[in-house]
Amino acid sequence: MIQIRDLHKHFGDLHVLKGINLDVNKGEVLSIIGSSGSGKSTLLYCINGLETIQQGTVHINGTDVHAKNTDINKLRQKLGMVFQQWNSFPHLTTLENVALAPRIVKGKSKEEALELAAKQLKHVGLGDKLKNYPVSLSGGQQQRLAIARALAMEPEYMLFDEATSALDPEKVGEVLDTMRLLAEEGMTMICVTHEMSFAREVSDRVAYFHEGIMEEIGPPQQVFEDAQSEHTRKFLMNVR
Amino acid sequence: MFDYSFHWRPVVKSLPELIQAGLVTLEIASLAMLLGVVIGLCLALMRMNMKGPLKWFAVTWIEIARNTPALFQLFFFGFGLGAFGINLSPFTIILTGLSFNCAGYLAENFRGGFQAIPVMQINSARCLGMNSWQAYTRIVIPQVLRIVYYPITNQMVWAVLMSSLGMLIGFRELSGETQFFASKTFRVFEYFAAAAVIYYVIVKIVLGASRLLAMRLFRY
Repeated sequence: MIQIRDLHKHFGDLHVLKGINLDVNKGEVLSIIGSSGSGKSTLLYCINGLETIQQGTVHINGTDVHAKNTDINKLRQKLGMVFQQWNSFPHLTTLENVALAPRIVKGKSKEEALELAAKQLKHVGLGDKLKNYPVSLSGGQQQRLAIARALAMEPEYMLFDEATSALDPEKVGEVLDTMRLLAEEGMTMICVTHEMSFAREVSDRVAYFHEGIMEEIGPPQQVFEDAQSEHTRKFLMNVR
Repeated sequence: MFDYSFHWRPVVKSLPELIQAGLVTLEIASLAMLLGVVIGLCLALMRMNMKGPLKWFAVTWIEIARNTPALFQLFFFGFGLGAFGINLSPFTIILTGLSFNCAGYLAENFRGGFQAIPVMQINSARCLGMNSWQAYTRIVIPQVLRIVYYPITNQMVWAVLMSSLGMLIGFRELSGETQFFASKTFRVFEYFAAAAVIYYVIVKIVLGASRLLAMRLFRY
């Protein structure tokens, strides 16, 4: 499980996260909503160690992410991450994009890695694009490629940082469907998202962030129908 | 009036020597580029990622290589070091000088290439558990090589032509050889005209080869 205790993050004078406490259990789908600049994405970056933190702790299965003696590369294999911009590796085919990390990070044989990659690509519906270069794929396909690439490392957790925000509107559905599929398979997921219907239908819990503070967390029903905080109600009214 | 009569026969007779010297030119340019690419890559990385003496070493190298005449650089490795009792062979002097110069120019090409790679490419690689060495060698550098490929080709052409400076330190590459025959026979125009054609052919071959290599290397 992921345990976050009293997490503070500063960018210079800017206090981006102001004491976050959060537990995410195995098998849970947590959606994080909130306006831009509320610290949602920064939280994900602190969870996988892409950003340093100034105070508090983040533990993944009991391992302190930000401790000096933690092997962060090893730890990150447990944490799949999908970004807003899909960041395909343009010089590799989709198959190579997915097979690379299992081969060089996990030390799988080439055949094993390629087989695994093909399986993951079929899983996200790209089975007919194995030999394509990313440049010939649409945004939605590239985002699904990014998901397959993360899954090929067989992570225990998946972090989604506004995975659909940069997509053309008609491509959003295919990526959300893939995320839904993962959730149904029991993947533990933290999804920073602006897709309220996804947050509502797929998540076990929804957290609302406001100016670096987690103002509200609970089952979707509760957050969407019966928000306790004034800010949450205002935000939900505006996005509807 | 114009009373110079052309005599091409001596040129034709010494053509094998000239072509041989042309191969020496190609060899020098290729070796200098090979060293230049490796050193230039290191200089660019040092300039971008290091602090203190290593960074200033790289910056100084690049500044001198780019902002002073290549001929002076060659003279430094020849007569300059010679004055301190370090006597290098003409081959070593031209190779060192050319490599020094190319590395400086290529370092800046590489720096531009690195800056064109979005930092999110590295973040994505790191998120897959790659360490920074793996992220650089597997993700960043292949893309950088693609970006700097044509500037490198350009530099290679430049290296072929610049190796003619070898003539001035007594090295018998194509220009040195041409000079040798020209002063022996006094057919200066004819020899240098022939050498110009050989240079042209060498550059054409280099460009053709690089285009073929690009077709093989870059599939996207």
